[in-house]
Amino acid sequence: MAIKILMPALSPTMETGKIAQWLVSENDAVASGDILAEIETDKAIVELEAIDDGVIGKILFEAGPDLIDVNKPIAVLLADGEDACAVAAALDEGAAPAASQPEASQQDAGPEVPCTKDEALAVPAVVETAVAQVESAPDIVLPEGTPFREIAMREALRDALAEEMRRDDDVFIMGEEVAEYEGAYKVTQGLLDEFGGKRVIDTPITEHAIAGLGVGAAFAGLKPVIEFMTFNFAMQAIDQIINSAAKTRYMSGGQISCPIVFRGPNGVASRVAAQHSQDYSSWYAHIPGLIVLSPSNAADAKGLLKAAIRDPNPVVFLEHELLYGQTGDVPDYDDFALPIGRAHIARSGSDVTLVSYARGVSACLQAADALAEIGLQAEVIDLRSLRPLDVATVVASVEKTNRMVTVEEGWPICSIGSELAAQVQRRAFDALDAPIESITGADVPMPYAENLERLALPQVEQIVEAAKRAAYFRDQVA
Amino acid sequence: MAKTSAAKSKKKPPKRATGKSSAKPKKSAIARLDATALTDIWRDMARIRRFEERCGQVYAMGQIGGFCHLYIGQEAVVVGLQKVAQNGDQVVTGYRDHAHMLACGMDAKRVMAELTGRADGYSGGKGGSMHMFSIEKNFYGGHGIVGAQVPIGTGLAFANRYRDNDNISFTYFGDGAANQGQVYEAFNMAKLWHLPCVYVIENNRYAMGTSIDRASSQTDLSQRGASFDIDGEQVDGMDVEAVYEAGQRAAKRVRAGNGPYILEMLTYRYRGHSMSDPAKYRKREEVDKVRSETDPIKIFESRLIERGIMSEADIRAERETIKGDIEAAVDFALDSPLPAESELTTDVLAPAEEVSNGH
Repeated sequence: MAIKILMPALSPTMETGKIAQWLVSENDAVASGDILAEIETDKAIVELEAIDDGVIGKILFEAGPDLIDVNKPIAVLLADGEDACAVAAALDEGAAPAASQPEASQQDAGPEVPCTKDEALAVPAVVETAVAQVESAPDIVLPEGTPFREIAMREALRDALAEEMRRDDDVFIMGEEVAEYEGAYKVTQGLLDEFGGKRVIDTPITEHAIAGLGVGAAFAGLKPVIEFMTFNFAMQAIDQIINSAAKTRYMSGGQISCPIVFRGPNGVASRVAAQHSQDYSSWYAHIPGLIVLSPSNAADAKGLLKAAIRDPNPVVFLEHELLYGQTGDVPDYDDFALPIGRAHIARSGSDVTLVSYARGVSACLQAADALAEIGLQAEVIDLRSLRPLDVATVVASVEKTNRMVTVEEGWPICSIGSELAAQVQRRAFDALDAPIESITGADVPMPYAENLERLALPQVEQIVEAAKRAAYFRDQVA
Repeated sequence: MAKTSAAKSKKKPPKRATGKSSAKPKKSAIARLDATALTDIWRDMARIRRFEERCGQVYAMGQIGGFCHLYIGQEAVVVGLQKVAQNGDQVVTGYRDHAHMLACGMDAKRVMAELTGRADGYSGGKGGSMHMFSIEKNFYGGHGIVGAQVPIGTGLAFANRYRDNDNISFTYFGDGAANQGQVYEAFNMAKLWHLPCVYVIENNRYAMGTSIDRASSQTDLSQRGASFDIDGEQVDGMDVEAVYEAGQRAAKRVRAGNGPYILEMLTYRYRGHSMSDPAKYRKREEVDKVRSETDPIKIFESRLIERGIMSEADIRAERETIKGDIEAAVDFALDSPLPAESELTTDVLAPAEEVSNGH
């Protein structure tokens, strides 16, 4: 059967091309893969190869400066034994579907192909962040009589790891200094003794490949927990976290999931300056396909880490170095896995909503104490989960208090606070009685000097002042 | 430490793409393959060639979008090695991946449907040419970031070792990816932990438009594992029998628990880096020479005829069948609907109750 040779579309944007040169003549025999012509596009000259064995029956356009529409026949290739009639037949055949083509310029457009342009996706006006809006599961109800133990956050994390490793043989932990050294921040204390070197694995200092190796193991169905000594070093691995871990489920049409936890200290540390003191929350919260959790206290650390390990998705678990030693009452219960995507109201109040996560929560609670002394009742929301973000809980609070202050250690531009402000103004515009206040780290790399470092970080007094501004509270002038 | 491979050998590596088999005549593994198996090897290569040629055409029709990287010229590599692979062995590669999928037994119809962004594609139209997967066929992608598949393939090997099974991971990457840092991070851990991984470097001489001599200080890529004590060898990747032989040796060694091994396949791609590459960085004569002298399909075909395994008539008939199959794949793809608009927001996260990847 004769085959029409079409002006090829050689790039997604190419609409027309010129024939720079024919390298064959009519009646020449050609084999599949032979170069027939050189086609000049807007970017380059590209060689056009024969798509099959045969004989050049007719050349429809000579080489020259004329622009020829993409998909227009430029020659006809005959199979063995075919003659000129086949040329005419091939071209006639091309005309038939043309009648149904809506655009005149495509009247001899060749083989009928569904036109994707005409079926351009009707993009919804607002693509709701579907993942962020999931109906959050109810908070966990502990069985009657569940004992509590007062332990530090690092021990709560260790307990979560140990319990989940006992529960599921596919869970293992890997990272720099996690085994023999028992963790640079002593989170993995005792794990090597209990689980051995097969499941508690010291790695070389190679963040990128540790992350990638973990992703491969997770693709194969294991449940790796990858410890980054700090999230500052995860910058070396961010390609694997985003391009491999977060996107593969989508890119595979749901076939491949990546049940992995990337965990370690995030946020500001003490006097370690710009490269070791940074909050990556909004970076990861930006990425569809990731879950991002950030606990503020020991009990949540345990409940959220257990949930993270059990979840079939990649989870970025942001711990806070300055909270590792902070103690709290932690339930001693194997199924204490907190619901992902559910914020926690850490303190109820009616006059202003303070929203934060991780170390910012205790700053907000201190601010709430100070505000209570002047008669302002602050509600403090601990986000716990930064993706999905529990906007519903925040909106419900703002509808009650009509005022909001967001607090975080990260930089102000494109921050968690920016996102909350955007969502709250859209969903609760009428409820707002004052501009949304946002307290963040200063918009500078973290300085080393003690006084400058303090200036770069959100302080309780700033939160108090912001809340007073939002509440139009005037100090008594003595 | 005993070194049996070419790794420490001082002798010159085989001339690349010479078309001469480096397979030793004595009792070779390929000699144990029967006529059916040999015919299958030829058919798989011819089928990939035809599929890729049709991809080029369907791209030119505007039905495949974005980037599209063709494997034409390299067919012997993945076909030879997949004949070595055992049930459960994993395969992972970069973005020049169509052939790997077909060689893993994935359905040409659904691969083409994915290339054209249709609902029946392996990823439901969400992945495209560079991002396709099949858990069922142990094909783990299809990765668009140069070199990212190397730690991932190492992780697949890690899972085999963790589970203490007999499977190995075939981790493919190109001469360009061989310069990425994460490759060496992965090599280090693979050797340190004796992971069952065959690293297959498909050296087609050009990383996009940069020839290997212009990009690599050490162009013998089989030696890139030397710092990590990983042995490797160069193989004539245009000769499917040589590929099969080397693959058998490597797989046996890796499967036996000796840690990773590197196979550098000396091969050549006939087409540009991607469809929009006019390939002006090399001379037409260079391509023509490889095509006429060392084409992997032609070489193998003439051997099969010589040995009386296939006749020219058999080959013509087979070619017609392949044409028909690939045509059917194209028809299937173009008849397949675009993904439903409701698919835009699905498959981002797994439902919490899901058990991962069938395990």
